[in-house]
Amino acid sequence: MSVLIDKFDVFASGFWLTLQICFLAAIGALILGSVVAVLRISPVPPLRALGTVYVNTFRNLPLTIVFFFAAFGLPALGTNADFLRIPGLDIVFSRLGTDLPYFRFALIALVLYTAAFVCEALRSGVNAVPAGQAEAARSLGLTFIQNLRHVVLPQSWTASIVPLGSVIIAMIKNSALIGFFGVIGDLSQTADQLTSAGGEPFIPVAIGISIGYLIMTVPLGAFLDRVERRQAVAR
Amino acid sequence: MTQQSSVLYDVPGPRQRRITLFGSVAALIGLLVGAYYLIYQPLDETGQLSMELWGPLIDPGNENFALVWERLGVGIKNTLIAAALAIVTSLAVGTLLAVLRIQLKGLAQRRYAGLDPYLAYLLRGLNRTLSAVTRFCVEVFRGLPVVITIFFVARGFPEFGITFDNLWYLVIGLTIYNSVVIAEILRSGMQGLAGGQAEAAAAIGLSPLQTTRMILLPQAFRIMLPALISQLVVVLKDTSLGFIISYEETLNIGKQIIGVLDNPIQVYTVLAVLFIAVNYSLSKLAQAVQNRLSRGRRTANTPAPQLPPAALTSQAEGAGGP
Repeated sequence: MSVLIDKFDVFASGFWLTLQICFLAAIGALILGSVVAVLRISPVPPLRALGTVYVNTFRNLPLTIVFFFAAFGLPALGTNADFLRIPGLDIVFSRLGTDLPYFRFALIALVLYTAAFVCEALRSGVNAVPAGQAEAARSLGLTFIQNLRHVVLPQSWTASIVPLGSVIIAMIKNSALIGFFGVIGDLSQTADQLTSAGGEPFIPVAIGISIGYLIMTVPLGAFLDRVERRQAVAR
Repeated sequence: MTQQSSVLYDVPGPRQRRITLFGSVAALIGLLVGAYYLIYQPLDETGQLSMELWGPLIDPGNENFALVWERLGVGIKNTLIAAALAIVTSLAVGTLLAVLRIQLKGLAQRRYAGLDPYLAYLLRGLNRTLSAVTRFCVEVFRGLPVVITIFFVARGFPEFGITFDNLWYLVIGLTIYNSVVIAEILRSGMQGLAGGQAEAAAAIGLSPLQTTRMILLPQAFRIMLPALISQLVVVLKDTSLGFIISYEETLNIGKQIIGVLDNPIQVYTVLAVLFIAVNYSLSKLAQAVQNRLSRGRRTANTPAPQLPPAALTSQAEGAGGP
């Protein structure tokens, strides 16, 4: 058990890196997911088709393939994803600015994949708004945009919170893959490194890593349960 | 979806139809131009569209074609084997876990009045502990990433001197995670049933176990069938994680092919198409089953089936993750 205390800084830095990529990926996925959701409910057929194709593609792909594309396909195209070296942001999230591109590749893969699920969560919220609301708004003469902005979205938001939260939890768990795609020093790669290269005993390391992930996922899940129960009562 | 979008805006009149048509054409042109500059051009410039790279995968006349697809066939077979085993074992373990948790919950209220007080305390203590342990396992294994579970299984078992084929590490890892998820799906299905079902079963003299087995479980399976099918998609997707313990599934074979032919984009595109085709049809199946179920209910003039809580289904889908 002493490895948990001796190597506490290794676990802590792994946790911190995982938290960083989850934070960035969550923001990216929320933005991209909202865009796709808007595409999917827009009145213009080609845009709707684009949204549908996007969602169906990424929802049915294993995340592993998305990661392989990002980690091996992008270099084959001769890009290093340098557009993610956002000045200012890379001071806090130092991995964004490094010469090794794997953190950025992993971020791209996570965002692309999660956005499809975010889109579906948002859309399920819109679907949960009773049809009479939008019809009433239309009978008042509100346009599509006004209808969304003043009537549908404010109400769909509450119905979206729980599914969105579940998507974020899933994303945190999915982020464990980054350690197997060249990102050094996140929680999952720490597990590999400590046990195989470091020769540390397996069980304590496994416990430490598990605690690292459970700290992020279990409280979030409990919180969502509470929100859901409260919504159920309110309804 | 069409229904919902039509709720958001009026049925277009002639002017609006013209505007929509104009917008559609503009959007289509925009998309094509975007696709040309963002997808076609970078691919073309780096020579990714050459037959040299695509040939082994799509041209039957290519010298490597037969060999490549023979290897991919092995990979696909291994993926399907792992997925099938994982699905069967997770369903079995998940059902047992769900029944166990429901039984323990039912026993929690029992006081064992006729028994010796110490024995009664012992039994109640046993109930409490078991229920705490199962609850703990569910929370932990649902909260851990599947990758980590598989990795721990593959590293941890040899630590205790238990060694298997890589296939079994993958199956065990997938089972641990998915059985817990399936157990939760079934449990919420059973709890969502109308209370009269269990009461009626008790009234005709069925024991709690019989009630669960003959009355609750079959209905829960029926209601939760769509969620269970989407969980199958998740399992199929997750078998691709076998590459981290070097199980020879489709993606791993793909990696070996890339090692020789050096055409990552092409190989992964083909594999992506394969995965999407299979998973998309499975998702469609889940949807069809759901429609069928809700229609069947409505004609039978009973209340609409209780939908699983949003958190559970979407988590099941989302977690499908990797």
